[in-house]
Amino acid sequence: MSGALSMRGVSKTYGSGEASVEALRDCSFEVRAEEFVAIVGPSGCGKTTLLNAIAGFDTVSTGEITLDGRRLAAPGIAPRPGPDRVVVFQHGALFPWKTVLDNVTYGPLRQKALSRPAAEAKALELLRASGGLDTTAASYPAQLSSGMQRRVEIVRALMNDPRLLLLDEPFRAMDGFSKATMHQHLLDMHRRYRKTVVFITHDLDEAIYLADTVVVMTTRPGTVKQVIRVNLERPRVPQMLYSREYAELKRSAAESVHEEARRAFERGEKEQA
Amino acid sequence: MKRLNWRGAVSIAAFILMWTLLARLKAPGFAEIPDPAAVGRAFWDKYLPSAAYWRSWVVSFERVGYGFLASQLLGIPLGLLLGTRRVFHDVVYPVVELLRPIPPLAWVPLSILFWPTAELSIVFITFIGPFFIIVINVHDAVRGTRKEHLWLARSLGASPAYIFRRIILPSVIPAVAVGMTLGIAVAWNVVIAAEMIASDSGLGRLTWEGYVSHTGTTVLIGMISIGLAGYLSTLLVTYAEKRMMPWQR
Repeated sequence: MSGALSMRGVSKTYGSGEASVEALRDCSFEVRAEEFVAIVGPSGCGKTTLLNAIAGFDTVSTGEITLDGRRLAAPGIAPRPGPDRVVVFQHGALFPWKTVLDNVTYGPLRQKALSRPAAEAKALELLRASGGLDTTAASYPAQLSSGMQRRVEIVRALMNDPRLLLLDEPFRAMDGFSKATMHQHLLDMHRRYRKTVVFITHDLDEAIYLADTVVVMTTRPGTVKQVIRVNLERPRVPQMLYSREYAELKRSAAESVHEEARRAFERGEKEQA
Repeated sequence: MKRLNWRGAVSIAAFILMWTLLARLKAPGFAEIPDPAAVGRAFWDKYLPSAAYWRSWVVSFERVGYGFLASQLLGIPLGLLLGTRRVFHDVVYPVVELLRPIPPLAWVPLSILFWPTAELSIVFITFIGPFFIIVINVHDAVRGTRKEHLWLARSLGASPAYIFRRIILPSVIPAVAVGMTLGIAVAWNVVIAAEMIASDSGLGRLTWEGYVSHTGTTVLIGMISIGLAGYLSTLLVTYAEKRMMPWQR
């Protein structure tokens, strides 16, 4: 079992002097192996900065991030992404010039972790398990719906057997029906493959419904305002959205989230949570 | 089977009818302009069997072909270098920005002085037109490569060389396609003007000779031929673009 993530006193400041921007300040929280953690907060609060630091795309100014005890980020350490932490991006990042199968097998083939026949067999199996996507293996991403593209991206990430799955508002642009379908799909994939998930969102309902733990962040500089343990049973089903437990959880988090949204608005932030 | 664009056919028929009426009625400005039937007859009797006429096609096509091909072969690597190498960009890009606004035809005198033959001068001018278009398009496309693609490729184990070959190069193909479409049109514009100024052959020269000799049918046959030649080139480029980007079919 692996995938335990630890953030201790993580800060990030861009630039220096008067032009500097403090994106994160003293962020600390722990994620257990196989846990599903959602990070919520107003736009511009540093959620994506945090995710980029975990993924190895950006440095941190202070503090450290470890994965299973191995230091991923700390001052003076060059950012280094790796297949143990794969990101599903907000606007999608399938390679448009590659077929679905080539996108999905890209990681294991690049790392020479699997032979081509083995990678293709694994890819087709995972695609099949993702709502019959194996039939689209020869298609290009542009020929798929946005929901299908997201599912392919999740499969591409899982193909690398990552310790950590990082999702950066992957369902943001979707309509309600597609989003609900994608939630069930993601929960199903989490149940099957037991990966630690860090899910960034600005949607409190989504966060509570999906996660074991919800981390509420403050407006910039982003810091951890509240950590909420979600005690809803698994498997999660849409009926839970109307349960008393769910309403209680939402009430306890809503106050923090709305307070930060108001602060962000007052600070002239462009978007609100 | 491809459906007939009847609106387009009607539009072309209406254009020819209008032209016929204006020419036959000697409307203002149309006194020297022959009607379509006269142009058709002249083409059938004089130009269709003329080896010199078809030679003009070949010569213009060759000039456009060489100039356009050279512009792509040199422009694409230059755009890639400018987009990926910072020092190279800092040194070379200001020169590109300085030369880019100069219209291709303004290069004609210098080109004639520089190149040993008129033929090379014209090919050079035809090269200059599409060259800066492709350089800027590729440069901008490299710089616009999505960071998510680069990040993801690195996460999944790609080396810098692999990222260049398999991520950056495919990312710029749509920009190359746009550059080719714009470039081929510019190449035809430039070659025709250059032939009128500095050559004794090609479709541009044919058209110019029609003007000098007050032969309206020759002018119009030259113009229609240039239009058709440009259209054929665009079809070739479009075909090449589809082959280059199977994912956009």
